[in-house]
This record gives sequence, structure tokens and C-alpha cells, in this order.
Amino acid sequence: MAFYVVQFLTGLASAASLFLVASGLSIIFGVTRIVNFAHGAFYMLGAYIAFTLTEQFSGALGFWGGIVVAAAIVALAGVLVEIVLLRRIYHSPELFQLLATFGLTLMVEDLVVLIWGPDDLLGRRAPGFKGAIDFFGQNIPSYDLFLIVLGPVVLAILWLLFQRTRWGILVRAATQDRDMVAALGVNQKWLFTSVFAVGVFLAALGGALQIPRDAVHHAMDLRVIVEVFVVVVIGGLGSIVGAFVAAVLVSELNAFGILIFPKISIILVFLVMAVVLIIRPWGLFGKAEAPARRTPGLTVNPWRPLTSGERLAALAALAVAAALPLVGGNYALTVGAEIAIFVIFAASLHFLMSVGGLASFGHAAYFGLGAYGVAFLAKMAGLPMILCLLLGPLLGCVGAAVFGFFAVQLSGVYFAMLTLAFAQIVWSIAFQWVAVTGGDNGILGLWPESWAASPSHFYWLSLGIAAASVIALRIAIFSPFGYALRATRDSLLRSEAVGIDAKRIQWTAFVIAGTVAGVAGALFAYLKGSVFPDNLGISLSVDALVMVLLGGVETVSGPVIGAIVYKALNIWLVSQTDLSKLVLGAFIVVIVVVFPKGIVGMLEAFTQRRRPSSAKSSLVTSPIESAE
Amino acid sequence: MRRSRYFIGAALALLTGGMANSALAQSEIKIGEINSYSLLPAFTEPYRKGWQLALEEVNAAGGINGKKLVVISKDDGGKPADAQTAANELVSSEGVAMLAGTFLSNIGLAVSDFANQKKVFFLAAEPLTDAITWSKGNRYTFRLRPSNYMQAAMLVEAAAKLPAKRWATIAPNYEYGQSAVAVFKKLMSEKRPDIQWVDEQWPPQGKIDAGPVVQAVAAANPEAILNVTFGADLVKLVREGNTRGLFKNRAVVSFLTGEPEYLDPLKDETPEGWIVTGYPWYSIKSPEHDKFLKAYQAKYNDYPRLGSIVGYQTIKSAAAILTKAGSTDPEKLIAAAEGLSVGSPFGEITFRKIDHQSTLGAFVGKTALKDGKGVMVESSYKKGSDYLPSDAEVEKLRLKQ
Amino acid sequence: MSNASPLLSVERLTKSYGGIHAVRGVSFELRSGEILALIGPNGAGKSTCFDMLNGQNTPDTGRIRLLGEDTTGKKPREVWRLGVGRTFQITATFPTMTVRENVQVALISHGHQLFNLWGSASGFATAEAGRLLDLVGMGSYADRACGELAYGDLKRLELAVALANQPKLLLMDEPTAGMAPRERIDLMRLTARIAREQSIGVLFTEHDMDVVFEHADRVLVLNRGTLIAEGSPQEVRGNPQVQAVYLGEGLVYDERHRKGASA
Repeated sequence: MAFYVVQFLTGLASAASLFLVASGLSIIFGVTRIVNFAHGAFYMLGAYIAFTLTEQFSGALGFWGGIVVAAAIVALAGVLVEIVLLRRIYHSPELFQLLATFGLTLMVEDLVVLIWGPDDLLGRRAPGFKGAIDFFGQNIPSYDLFLIVLGPVVLAILWLLFQRTRWGILVRAATQDRDMVAALGVNQKWLFTSVFAVGVFLAALGGALQIPRDAVHHAMDLRVIVEVFVVVVIGGLGSIVGAFVAAVLVSELNAFGILIFPKISIILVFLVMAVVLIIRPWGLFGKAEAPARRTPGLTVNPWRPLTSGERLAALAALAVAAALPLVGGNYALTVGAEIAIFVIFAASLHFLMSVGGLASFGHAAYFGLGAYGVAFLAKMAGLPMILCLLLGPLLGCVGAAVFGFFAVQLSGVYFAMLTLAFAQIVWSIAFQWVAVTGGDNGILGLWPESWAASPSHFYWLSLGIAAASVIALRIAIFSPFGYALRATRDSLLRSEAVGIDAKRIQWTAFVIAGTVAGVAGALFAYLKGSVFPDNLGISLSVDALVMVLLGGVETVSGPVIGAIVYKALNIWLVSQTDLSKLVLGAFIVVIVVVFPKGIVGMLEAFTQRRRPSSAKSSLVTSPIESAE
Repeated sequence: MRRSRYFIGAALALLTGGMANSALAQSEIKIGEINSYSLLPAFTEPYRKGWQLALEEVNAAGGINGKKLVVISKDDGGKPADAQTAANELVSSEGVAMLAGTFLSNIGLAVSDFANQKKVFFLAAEPLTDAITWSKGNRYTFRLRPSNYMQAAMLVEAAAKLPAKRWATIAPNYEYGQSAVAVFKKLMSEKRPDIQWVDEQWPPQGKIDAGPVVQAVAAANPEAILNVTFGADLVKLVREGNTRGLFKNRAVVSFLTGEPEYLDPLKDETPEGWIVTGYPWYSIKSPEHDKFLKAYQAKYNDYPRLGSIVGYQTIKSAAAILTKAGSTDPEKLIAAAEGLSVGSPFGEITFRKIDHQSTLGAFVGKTALKDGKGVMVESSYKKGSDYLPSDAEVEKLRLKQ
Repeated sequence: MSNASPLLSVERLTKSYGGIHAVRGVSFELRSGEILALIGPNGAGKSTCFDMLNGQNTPDTGRIRLLGEDTTGKKPREVWRLGVGRTFQITATFPTMTVRENVQVALISHGHQLFNLWGSASGFATAEAGRLLDLVGMGSYADRACGELAYGDLKRLELAVALANQPKLLLMDEPTAGMAPRERIDLMRLTARIAREQSIGVLFTEHDMDVVFEHADRVLVLNRGTLIAEGSPQEVRGNPQVQAVYLGEGLVYDERHRKGASA
């Protein structure tokens, strides 16, 4: 019995640290609608700075003072980030803030290694909380008891802050209706800044409090961020109580789950999230989101197909690309093939995200399923390459059909998180089911058959499939289905009122996007000659998001440009420097601030500005100069 | 119009990539080196210092048959796919004579498979998986570091002598952890049919929730524990285990924990008396190691980690192979490497013809606290050749291509 | 009421939210070609009523019949398929699409081409789209982005979209809100003409009593979820209960008010 009590308390202690970080994320999202990817980075910075301070200053005061001061320093850094970076992009298309904070995260990961060195750091134990307390023969670390008390205390403080102060009331009001608060004449800017500071403070505090029980290292952020996202979503975005309950739920399920299924931790939080979202689409304590307000930055430039001149130009460009084997070496061709594959992948996400308005955070699942599909067919069934390429993506299609059915019942951030959960579940299966998938070591020896083996042949194959995929998706975008899909994105209310079954349309789009991603994955398997769980991982999903956002989420050609620029840059940087994350992160941040509409979006704005008069007059008389 | 712009851009990007395809300088021999520098700097920084030292020594001694040895190093970011891109660049654009390096098992396997496909010589430095030399072994791939199996066998030798009958295991839940536990269990059960496995914990790699794991293991009340976690997970496990008294009166056998990379971060919280594999650089008394240690400390003003040894020996071995082959033809390199014996800071090692595994060994000893730091005591060097299965077994394990 | 089966018949519709009765036992009928106004002060339950009629909302009790078919609890898209067009109080259009494309989406849906992945949507039923836009006087705006239209134009576009499935019944929630007086009259005249020509039944809510009394054949007055009066504009205007309700609201619709700008 004592054991179960202690196991429960241990779970509560884990929950407390999770709650601190999650509450910060939840507050920030509730008010600013920013999905703050950098939250984990702030958590990590809190730990690093607290480490330095507590090493520097001795005694109890040095330790506890160091923890609080570290959190305050990081909160100040957060304020700086908010003022310098986020303020410029609140009005950018949705998810652009995610991109910016993602860039920031990349930078911080390299920066901490530069500043604090590569080694894992062992922080001091907390003065007064070094030992354990005996509980009927079981030991409970006293620091755990401290955390168990701290969690509810922070919850209570936050509750008082939100219920009893004018600031808190404004924050709650803003969580419910941002525009209303703006209308009340409140200085929205500083409200946002202060909320961001509080959120970051909590994250950094959460990180700083880890130093007596964890190692401080440069991958702490990734370790915590996804789990925290999940906790926030389970609890309901913007709900502090929800974050607390979810943190306890997840931690306790883990604490007791491992007694029965020792291998469950890796998948548990995602299973819980998937179940919660399917049953309660807005999380345990979340409220149904008001019908999504139109993003302020949404362009009014309607899409149109390419003119015949542009088609010729595109064809010419394709011809130029096809001539690469005449001049490029094997490496250039392989890189070219890889870029072509990522063009397909980005275009498939774009179809779902830009055309359908459904931003998936787990699109790599279908890319990876396509790759594994090929691997199974080639390795187990021994099918020829051409059949594998044709049938492999079907695994992505099936996966998309199953997961998509549940995912399209949701929208916005909840959709994103459910797709993430599904992707993580698939990833966990690939990672753990060693007997079938080879686990971490993957499936090897998937090299193309001789007709496609030479780099130039494989390049042509990839380029051809990429061109065909992009063209097919474009046709779909401008088909009646594409119109219907855009209609569901623009206004669910109106589309339902003209007889469109939005869920079915979106589900179909999900399946199409998943299948095309599967095509990319299938090619990728042959390009690399192997399949790894990485091919389904979060970082690949994020890569795809970055490509689409970079190219311009509101454009038709954005993903193609975005994929080429991002992938080429990525490959080049990884090849040139060990600090590729720092440079890439900085590049992303700059792009977001300078070209918030993405590269293609910016080019469009540019060409329009160059012809202001014709653009105006054409509004009525001739087909307008439009996006794309 | 937009499309043309990006296609031209892409073409340009690819062309410049192609132009890096410089002509092979006749006076140089290049080795392409890949490792997870950005993902695992704690391990790969000392590793890099190690191979840089070796490179300096090789060239100071006249290079490879008079030609200068050059190492072109790439980061793989911890991703197998990126490692292959890097391998491709090194082979296709840089024209390297061989590939070397890698830390993670999956990356080692990916590069090994690439090497097999492209018929390039590959000297895997650090990946531990048994698959790289056995079930997925190929004729182009050689491996330096003692494998999972070898380390398990070394530990089992010591563990079997323990009186403990009730064992529990804690291992990260991925291929490395799973196969380490599997091999350890198998070898252990062969030597000690009387032992029972009472609990197993599989925390996710890098994300251990140590409190509940420690509690769960303690609840099973084992007499001994096998640990396979490392890095930050190990730190958390040790801290929780110390506080909760998990290791009190229990024997612990632990993979890799004696390596300075993993032992040093534990500082004064290092648990005492664990049976571990590792690298006690401070207590090795041999002329070969002294020479290495002096040179390393002189150059870097830092003590070596195990990674330093691996990096150093990788390039030393590569140089020996290239020198003996007298050519960069992969077939000749294979012929030269098979059965080649080279000196190392740990004494002479041999690259076995049968499975391309080197006989580099490891130190097994016990952890202890000294001046607030963790050290290995009572350590002894275990030759790799003594901890490999019989040739008949290896032949069964190694699939013939 | 005529004996022929009515286009729309609503029986004892009730809806409450957490103990507050938004709509209580509302019953009425609507014949083809008839223009029926539903008026009442703010919060009287007009929008709730409307939402139940096209399936946006489900009644707690009561029954809705369209051409004899029970549509209670059906989804908006199913109701639409039966021939009900709807405009919203706050316009709902597809802002990133052009005016023509907005109409084309409805035509695509009407033509059961929603899952057609291959055809060119821009070429779909352009003539019909053009005809509908011309009908509401938006023909020259066909290629403009919907997102940059003036509010009054959006209302007219919504009407064109609502007509795309050749509806038998039009539900118009405050069709003239936010429009200039001149535009209001034009739009309602247009609606009335279309309704008479194509024998479409129209149910609309309206705050502007000028519009109501000029165009409605019949008026229903809703207050606190209950129908308090029903009849011709003249009858309703003279109803003291109605006057009381509206006086209480501070809205007067006597002759003096009619001269001024109505808001």
C-alpha cells in the first residue's frame, strides 16, 4: 500500500514540473494565440542560467535566489523577444509565430552549447531538500514533496492573479475575446508583453527547478516541449486548471502505467491526448472555440491558374532542371532528387494546410508510412521497384484515411495537435516494434533497381514525379473539389449553407495529402536506400511546415519555392558548419520578420506594388492581378 | 514566371554543388568523416580532438606513403538521412578514399548500407550495434569500438560472479537498449541458469521519468540491477536512485558508465561500487597509453575521454589501412584491412577477417568516489578478442552476401 | 391560409438555453411566393428561429416541414439540398475567392460536382453564375475579390449565392442591415421581384420597419421567444401589444420616424 502512495506522490512531483511549464504555454496561447515553440528553449535557458547562478552563489539564499533570478532573467529575455520579434508578426498569417519561435529554438540550442559547452551539467541539490523521507519503508525525496506543494501553490497564485487583479481580469477577457479588450481601450501591446513575460517566467522557473534532479543539457528543450504541448491541449488551451489536471493525469498514468506496461511511457501522453481530443475536442477544460475569426493577414487576392505564358515559363524551367545531369555531378543530382522529393512533400502539406486551412503538425507520418510501405513491399514481399513505388504510398493513404477521419472533426490548434499525436503514435510503433520495423536501426538495403540506380536516372525519376505531383495538386486546387475545399476553409458556415459536407471534403483532402506525402516518402526510401523512424518524426513534420510557411502559406506556388530554398539551404548548411541550427534559425527569424508573407507572397506583393495603377483599374474591368 | 525563377535558382544551387567536385589532388589522400557533432557534442568534441591529434601525427610521420592525409569532416545532425547526404557528398564531390566515423547505431548502419551500395570502404568508429558486423554486416564495413555483445560479455563475466539471483533491468526503449538487455540476459542465463529476471523498465530514450522508474524497480525488490541508460537519463536515474536508496545493498551492472563522458557529469553523486565498462585514463599504466595521454594533454590541455581514444584510433587505423593498401581502391583497402594489426593506446588490435570487427577492448572496473569526482577503480583491460563468440557462431550470425 | 399544403410549416418550435427560453411554441406557415417578415426586438428569438429553420440549430421540441417533408433536425446542407437558400445577419462568404467563384461554389455543389478533382472549376457554369450575378446587379464585380467588397455588395452576393440552387424558400436574416437606405429599397424590391417571378417563398427578419411594411405580405412579431402577433403589415402596425413592445425598446415606427433615417 505504501508503495502505491509513494508512486502516486512521485507522479505528483513529475506533474508539478510539467504543470509549471504547461501553464506558461497555456497563458501565452490563450491571450496571444501564439503557439510558442520556443517555450522549451526558455525552459532550457532557465535551467542553464540557474545552474550558473547557483554554482556562483553558495548557501540557501544563493540557490533559491539563483532559481528565481534565473527565471526573471529569462522572462526579461522573453520580453525582448516579444517586443523585437513577435510584435512585428502578430498580424502575419496564422502559424507564422510558430515558425518564428521555431527558428528561435534552433538558435538557442546551438547558443547554449557555445556558451556552456557540450557537456551535461550537474546542478546543485536544493539546500534543505537533499535527502528523502521514510514513508513506511519507502523513500520519498524531500524535493519531490517540495514540488508537490509548489504545484498547487503556483496554481493558487495564478488563480488569484487572474481572479483578483485588474490585469488578470483583462487577461481573462482577452482570452475570450481579443478584439473586445482592444475595444475597451486597453493597451493591447503591453498586455501581450506582460502575458508573454509571465508565461516565459513560468517556463524558466520550471527549468530552473529541474537542476537538483536532472542534468542540464542542450536537448532539454525538445524533451519537454512536445510533452508540454500535449498537456496543454489535453487540459484545454488557455485553461490553467486544465493544464494542472492534465499534468497530474499524464504523470499519474505514467507512474502507474509503467508498472503494468513498462514500455508505455513513450506513447502514453499521445494516446491520452488522442483519446481526450476524440471524446472532448476542446480538451478537458477548454471551451469550444468561437468560429475561427478570419486571420487578419489573410490575403484578399484570389488564386488563379497559371496563364499560358506562365505555363510555358514553368515548362522551360522544368526543362532546365531536367538538364542538370548534363552539368551536375553525382552529388548535385542526389541533392536535386532530394529537393524534388521535398517539393512533393511540401506541396502535399500545402494542399491540406493552405488550400484546406488544416495545418497538420504530423504530416511526416504519411511520408514515413509511404517509406515503410515501400520497405515492407520490397523486403518482405520482394516486389519490383515500380510496384513498390505505386503501392507503397497506399500505406500513407490508409494511415491518412484512418487518422484523418478523426482529425478533421477538429480544427485549428486542436487539429494540429491531434495530427501530432497520431504521428507520434506511428513513430513510437516504428521505433519500438523492432521485430517488424527494425526499430531505431531501420530497414536497410532498399536501393533502386538498375534502371533507376544511376544518380541521373533517379534524379529524372524524382523530378518527373515531383512535376507530376505538383501539377496534379494544382489541377486539384483549381478543380471543383479545390473550390469546395477552399470554401470550407474560408467559411464553414457558408459552405455548409450551400450544401457542402465540410468534414467529408476535408477528409478527402487529408487522404489526398497523405497519399501524396506517401509518394514522396516512397521515393525517399529509394533515394536513401533505407527507412528509419526519423522519416515519421516531429522534426520532419516541422520541416514541412517551415517549407510551406517560408514559401508563403497564402500562395499556390509557395511550397515549391519554400521546399527548394529550405532544403537546399539546410543541406548546404549541414555540410558547411556544425552550427547549422544557429544559422538556419536566424535565417528563419529574419525571413519571418522581413517577409511575413513568405518568399512567394513577397514576390507577389512586389510585382503588385510595381504596377499600382493597373492593379487598381483592373479591379473592375479585367481579371485582377492576383496572387499567383 | 515565378516557376522559372525557382527552377533556375535550383539549377544554380545544384550546379555550384557540382562544381565543388574538384579534381582529386594527387598529393593528397582524403578520408571522409561523419559524426553527430551538433546532436552529441559531449561525445563528439573529444572524438574530434582525438582524430585531429592522430591526423597531425600521421602527417608528421610522412603521411600515407608520402602523400598528405586529409580528413574532411561532416555533421549528420543525428539523422541517418542527413548522414547519407553527407556520405554522398564526401564520396561523389570530395572524392574521398574511404568513409569513417559515426556514433549512433542507426547512422552507422545507414552509412554502412550506403558504403555497401556504392562500394566504398567504411570504417565505423563508434556505433555499438551488433548488426553492423553481423546480421547486417557487409564486406565494405569495418568497426573499431567493442560492440554491444563484447561489452555485455565483459560485464557478464563480472556479473556472473555476484551472488545475486533476482535481477531487474533498466534500459532505454530503443534498439540499443533492447539488444543490450537481450544479449546480457542470454549470456548471463547461460552462465547462471539459477537467476530470475524480476522486473524490466523501458524508459523512453532521453525522456526518463526517473522517479516512477526507480520506485517500480525498487518495488520488485531485485538483488541486482542492470542499467543501460546513459547521458542525461543516467544522471536523472542516479540522482533519483541515490535519494530513494535504490542502490543501497544492491549490485548494479552498468553499460558504458565508466566512460568519462558519462561518469564525469555525475560528480559527487557518482554511485559507488557499480560494475561498469569504461575508460579510466588516470590509472592506465602502459607506454602506448602514456604516449597518447601526453600528446593529447599537451595539445589540448584537457584530459581525454573515450571518444578521444576512438577518434584517435579511427584515423590511426585508417592510415594504417591506406598505407598497407598503397592504393585507394576499395577492394585493395578491404584486403589490406582484413586481419590487419595496428598499435593503439590500449595495445595492439586486429581487424578480424571473419566479421571486420576490431579487437579493441574496454576496461571493466568499479565506480568509486575520489575527491568529489567519480572514478573507476579495480579496473582491468579486457581484450576484445576474448569476448567474441566462436567463429562458427559468427559465421552463422553474419549473413553472406 | 390556403388549403393547399404550405411551402413551410412550423409547429410549436421551442428552444431553450440553460433555462432561458429563446423560442417558445412558435408556429406559422409560409406559402410559395409569399414574403413573410419576422420582426421583434433584439433578443426576441428571431435568429434562433432562423437557425432552426435551416438546420444550423436543433429545436428542443416542435416540427418543421418543408413541402410536406419533415426537416426537423436535418443538417444545413441537407436542408439546402431540399431547396432552401439562406443569407446571414453577418454575411458569410468566401473572402479569398472572387465574386464569381463564390457563386460557382454553390453551383458546383448544386450540380453534385463537389468531388470532381479533375475539371476546371473556373469554367464551371460561368453563364449561370453570370446570370445570377447580373440578376442581383453584381455582374460587373464578377472578378473582384470578395474580401474587398463593400458590405452592401456582400449582401447582394449572398442573395445570388442563395439563389444558386433554384430554391423554393429563401431565408434572409436581416438582409438589409448595414446598407444605405437607397440600397435597402433596391435589394428588397429585387428580392420581391424574384420571389414573385419564381414563386419563391421568402422569410426575412428585419429591424427596418420601412422595409418590413413596404415589402412583407405578412408579418410575424416575436417577443421573448413567443409570437405575439401575426397579420398583414397594417394589422400588425395597429396592434397595441406590438406597439408596446417596440415602445419599450425605444423604437418607434410612427410617421415622424419614417421620414428620418431608419437605423
